[in-house]
Amino acid sequence: MSQARAHLLRPALGLAGVVVLFGVWEGAVRWGWIQSGFLPAPSSLGPAWLDEVRSGAWVQAIRDSLTHYLTGLVAGSVMGTLVGLLCGALPVLDGLLSGIVRVLRPIPGLAWVPFAILWFGLNTAGATFIIAISVFWINFYAAYGAVRAIDPDLYEVAAAFGHGGFWARLRTVVLPAASPGVLDGLRTGIGQAWMSVVAAELFGVPGIGARMMQASSLLATDLVVVYMLTMALLYAVTDTLFMLVRRRLLGWQG
Amino acid sequence: MAPCETGPASPGAVVVRLENIGLSHDHGRSFILRHVDLEIRAGEFVALLGPSGVGKSTLLRVIMGLVPPSEGQVTLHARPAQAHRPAAMVFQDAKLMPWRSVRRNVELGLEGLGLNRAARHARAMAALELVGLADRAERWPRQLSGGQRQRVGVARALTVEPDLLLMDEPFGALDAITRAGLQRELLDIHARRQGTVLFVTHDLDEALLLADRIIILQGHPAGVKGDFMVGPRPHEGAAVQAMAARMKRLIAGEPDPGADAAYWQASEI
Repeated sequence: MSQARAHLLRPALGLAGVVVLFGVWEGAVRWGWIQSGFLPAPSSLGPAWLDEVRSGAWVQAIRDSLTHYLTGLVAGSVMGTLVGLLCGALPVLDGLLSGIVRVLRPIPGLAWVPFAILWFGLNTAGATFIIAISVFWINFYAAYGAVRAIDPDLYEVAAAFGHGGFWARLRTVVLPAASPGVLDGLRTGIGQAWMSVVAAELFGVPGIGARMMQASSLLATDLVVVYMLTMALLYAVTDTLFMLVRRRLLGWQG
Repeated sequence: MAPCETGPASPGAVVVRLENIGLSHDHGRSFILRHVDLEIRAGEFVALLGPSGVGKSTLLRVIMGLVPPSEGQVTLHARPAQAHRPAAMVFQDAKLMPWRSVRRNVELGLEGLGLNRAARHARAMAALELVGLADRAERWPRQLSGGQRQRVGVARALTVEPDLLLMDEPFGALDAITRAGLQRELLDIHARRQGTVLFVTHDLDEALLLADRIIILQGHPAGVKGDFMVGPRPHEGAAVQAMAARMKRLIAGEPDPGADAAYWQASEI
């Protein structure tokens, strides 16, 4: 098989899988195997989506959620990566924070909801806080692990050629060597942050999550599925954009 | 000034002097190296020969300043020239930085020497020319063969115009044919450059092929157990054969029938 054909085969198979899923789903509802109250037929999603778009709610929900998503993602990623890199590079800081990390690490982002409400209120800042926490840990461990996995011989090479000090090591070895691991962490965070968006909004901050809660309380399951698919689309877009950037940055990995 | 062409100003002058070097990792309870005295003169190609794990690479790192000695001192007599480094090292597996292009790897040691980008570029390209890889300058290290990577390692060390070039079993991980090719090239470069080289190897044949002086490191703690001037290349004939036989015994840690100080001096051809 030619390379170009092999290159096209996978996405084609992926698309075929989705088409089959929707076909079976539509058939199952239409022929009465599943009651439409339990699961809306795919054919009902289009009209539901159009109504939502016409009312302006769809765009508004996306806009609100994107705001939470991006601010939480950036704050959590920057903080997590920074602290992770420093802990990996500075044994003293690593030791100092190791106890704190053990205490805080197992606490899921959602457990902070009461404090998010207390400290920030039911608003953008509160939702951002929840998202940032869950993204923080992913990036912290990715950056920390990436620094710890650096071949120690490279530090020796750098020192032998005049890059022996802490900052010189950081610039010539730590940052470039850790970049693949850091970028993998960022990518995981980009996905995890969408999950946290829904969780953070479920308690009432306007956005996709809140809209899904409203819809489900009205048993508007078609609308719930519309927003599920909306999130999938948004995730696909952000992940694809990120992978384009990643490929440019890590050309040396091949 | 043409890059990579500068040898030390005065041939025969001491480039590096080791006085009573000792190294211990447990505060003096046991020593890896002890009482190592050594002088290397400008223009010499010295092989540091000894069994694997004896501490040859460690001694090289002490000389390079990467490992501080527990006892004694290393004195490196560098030229006062600008924009060069007193010592440079070629590592065992090249150890290139995979995120830098071949040229940027060679430039590593030039950064921080006060050269502008164009000057760094020119010097790196001259060094790559010397090892025959100028056409690979913008490739990534992963796109090179093991032998090519090691040539880049040699270029990276030569481009800083070191007074002392330290080589840590640089061809040990390569296949026999590639190794033989690189050994020939190294001799060729040395003949043109007239620099000073300290080359670590556990291979007697490699030492005899390359070096004009062979130092045997042996024992626990390791010390200098023999210092042979093997004279002009090619190293053949009865005198060299006899020396090689003695080196073999010394490396194996066997008693040497001629092991007295007077004999070492007499062995200088």
